[in-house]
Amino acid sequence: MAMSSSLAAIRRRAVAPSPLAARARAMASLFGHVEPAPKDPILGVTEAFLADPSPDKVNVGVGAYRDDNGKPVVLDCVREAERRIAGNLNMEYLPMGGSIKMIEESLKLAYGEDSEFIKDKRIAAVQALSGTGACRLFADFQRRFLPDSQIYIPTPTWSNHHNIWRDAQVPQRTFTYYHPESRGLDFAGLMDDIKNAPNGSFFLLHACAHNPTGVDPTEEQWREISYQFKVKNHFPFFDMAYQGFASGDPERDARAIRIFLEDGHQIGCAQSYAKNMGLYGQRAGCLSILCEDEMQAVAVKSQLQQIARPMYSNPPVHGSLVVSIILNDPELKSLWLKEVKGMADRIIGMRKALRENLESLGSHLSWDHITNQIGMFCYSGMTPEQVDRLTNEYHIYMTRNGRISMAGVTTGNVAYLANAIHEVTKTK
Amino acid sequence: MMALAVDVSRFEGVPMAPPDPILGVSEAFKADKNDLKLNLGVGAYRTEELQPYVLNVVKKAETLMLEKGENKEYLPIEGLAAFNKATAELLFGADNPVLKQGRVATLQSLSGTGSLRLAAAFIQRYFPEAKVLISSPTWGNHKNIFNDARVPWSEYRYYDPKTVGLDFEGMIADIQAAPDGSFVLLHGCAHNPTGIDPTPEQWEKIADVIQEKKHMPFFDVAYQGFASGSLDEDASSVRLFVERGLEVFVAQSYSKNLGLYAERIGAINVVCSTPEVANRVKSQLKRLARPMYSNPPIHGARIVANVVGDPTMFGEWKQEMEEMAGRIKNVRQKLYDSLSAKDKSGKDWSFILRQIGMFSYTGLNKTQSDNMTDKWHIYMTKDGRISLAGLSLAKCEYLADAIIDSFHNGLGTAK
Repeated sequence: MAMSSSLAAIRRRAVAPSPLAARARAMASLFGHVEPAPKDPILGVTEAFLADPSPDKVNVGVGAYRDDNGKPVVLDCVREAERRIAGNLNMEYLPMGGSIKMIEESLKLAYGEDSEFIKDKRIAAVQALSGTGACRLFADFQRRFLPDSQIYIPTPTWSNHHNIWRDAQVPQRTFTYYHPESRGLDFAGLMDDIKNAPNGSFFLLHACAHNPTGVDPTEEQWREISYQFKVKNHFPFFDMAYQGFASGDPERDARAIRIFLEDGHQIGCAQSYAKNMGLYGQRAGCLSILCEDEMQAVAVKSQLQQIARPMYSNPPVHGSLVVSIILNDPELKSLWLKEVKGMADRIIGMRKALRENLESLGSHLSWDHITNQIGMFCYSGMTPEQVDRLTNEYHIYMTRNGRISMAGVTTGNVAYLANAIHEVTKTK
Repeated sequence: MMALAVDVSRFEGVPMAPPDPILGVSEAFKADKNDLKLNLGVGAYRTEELQPYVLNVVKKAETLMLEKGENKEYLPIEGLAAFNKATAELLFGADNPVLKQGRVATLQSLSGTGSLRLAAAFIQRYFPEAKVLISSPTWGNHKNIFNDARVPWSEYRYYDPKTVGLDFEGMIADIQAAPDGSFVLLHGCAHNPTGIDPTPEQWEKIADVIQEKKHMPFFDVAYQGFASGSLDEDASSVRLFVERGLEVFVAQSYSKNLGLYAERIGAINVVCSTPEVANRVKSQLKRLARPMYSNPPIHGARIVANVVGDPTMFGEWKQEMEEMAGRIKNVRQKLYDSLSAKDKSGKDWSFILRQIGMFSYTGLNKTQSDNMTDKWHIYMTKDGRISLAGLSLAKCEYLADAIIDSFHNGLGTAK
């Protein structure tokens, strides 16, 4: 068709409404087969809470720290770091693997200030989109370079772990973890599953403050687990989302990882600054993999970058600047350590208060687990039906697995919460 | 050295990844000690002094944010509501009926890359038989994105080396020949890497053939405002398709036009036939995002929302963007003038003026591009692409000399 006549046709079309346009408006959607997704179990709780007009409502759903007034907190060390950043630095792309400084500091936190692995440059590490992003990069790496591997995930675990490895197309299995009767660790079951898994299996371990149960192995138990991992040649992947936040001491919270390192394991580790630095929405985290030598670490890092490039190109800078500034400045780091201990202490205090309240209400049930468990969450042992009653009758919001986010408990609401829990559980 | 518990590392078989072709250019540039060196590699805007540029309006927004002292709570999976509203209005026009009717699913995502990847993952899940058609050439990372998302792709003709312009007939023919219901990836404006955009009349024809074939248009809008200097004009191709009542995917980025590169701020928009469909699509996009990063980073979103939401700052932004786009147009003109004045061969360099945006496809081949680097210390990508954002008026004559020399004397077939 000659160009001039088609151009003329186009000019005519530009003036008059196009018959094609009219036809398009009438056509059916190409997305007819797209079903509505089910609500996210955790985030859906907050939505419901926000919609509730009751003045008594309590949100112990999402794992985000609140102060004793129930308000979100921005740490002072973070505010100071931001003051130093604002309007100053340019926003050029970070290197693909992210901020070098932030990575260095993150490795020191996880592997130890004087870690020989850091000195020997044996750790492949990249900045990641918080804990989720770190786990996802590792899962994709597994799929690409260890295509026969699968991942063993504890029962229960953070629900998004299942989504992550599923979308990465890595087959998943579960291993025994929580013991409902004691509201503690089913250590015998755990060890059995470790022994029965095929040699060289990949395991997802929560380094501290297990989510959602709050149940952690003791140091002695970690040593046994590590030993068995050696026997079976298993690969430990640590998800450490609460370093510092669990006991108040980051070194102590990294104990499990250090035990495995001492025993000579090659580990992977996902770190998040969402909770311990309160950087939730900044998506600041790190993925690290301990390699045989420097050359291998360089190769592995290059491949992690290759996976990240077609996902988001390079990670966001702001959170990484905050983390680097804080951890690099002795005064700010000191302030951070103080503030993270403050958060952990408040939670430990609330655990004690909740338990004492329940006991003084005359509950015949055992509530030891509230203070035995650690970190942000308490696995109360309540049934979904009891949780529903808490929500419908008392406007208390939590996930239906009975998980209480202790960060949402305050001196102002702990008595109300204890009373409600007592009411719905006492006929049990 | 502490011995490993395992006998052989599990990662023994992990090879070193190839260096990134674009970012590798900057690294080579840094290593070069020559005073005359010029970096025309990465598409990041530079001032006339060849310095990175943080927009004044961004500094203002950040100061404001610091004063407000807002918290850093998780955003919802779909991102900051104020940002999503602002970004959709910017793209489609605040009065666009599709917005009023609630027919657009918008999710804040990790800049252009993240938006494209979410869309690609959605395509893989809900249109597993479909193919994406991408221009030849296109931004290098497009192929990586679709490969990693396991979405098959093929190319449609785009760049015509003979004219250093658009192979329009080839483009239409290839879109026509593809199976019905393919996805067609289009650059909304300022095509990367060529700088060659269809004319408004050509866009109409492209829309015609896409409609006839029941293809899905999929726009990558990384330079809105940066191409012509006008936000509305640069969105006209997208709006044309939307006006026809088509369902459209649009990926947006604020890396260049607000200079927010490292904040990773963008959005994926899906225009659907009804609000009910938009809700379903949005819910499934969220389901794909959750196991990728849970929720998007807040900082860049707040900056955009603040800038666009405040009439004064918005006006200032438009001003700064016109200045940035204006500077690029000026160096384009100066480069063309220098080439025409210095090249005695009679070659027509006017294609440079017809191109738009940050990049120019010079028409140099790999060998000639190598000559640019090896002899003249000018760093560019091997496909002949130069980033005008990295060029100053002061360097135009030097660049012209280099291009003329490489074109005529550089070994290899000149076109």
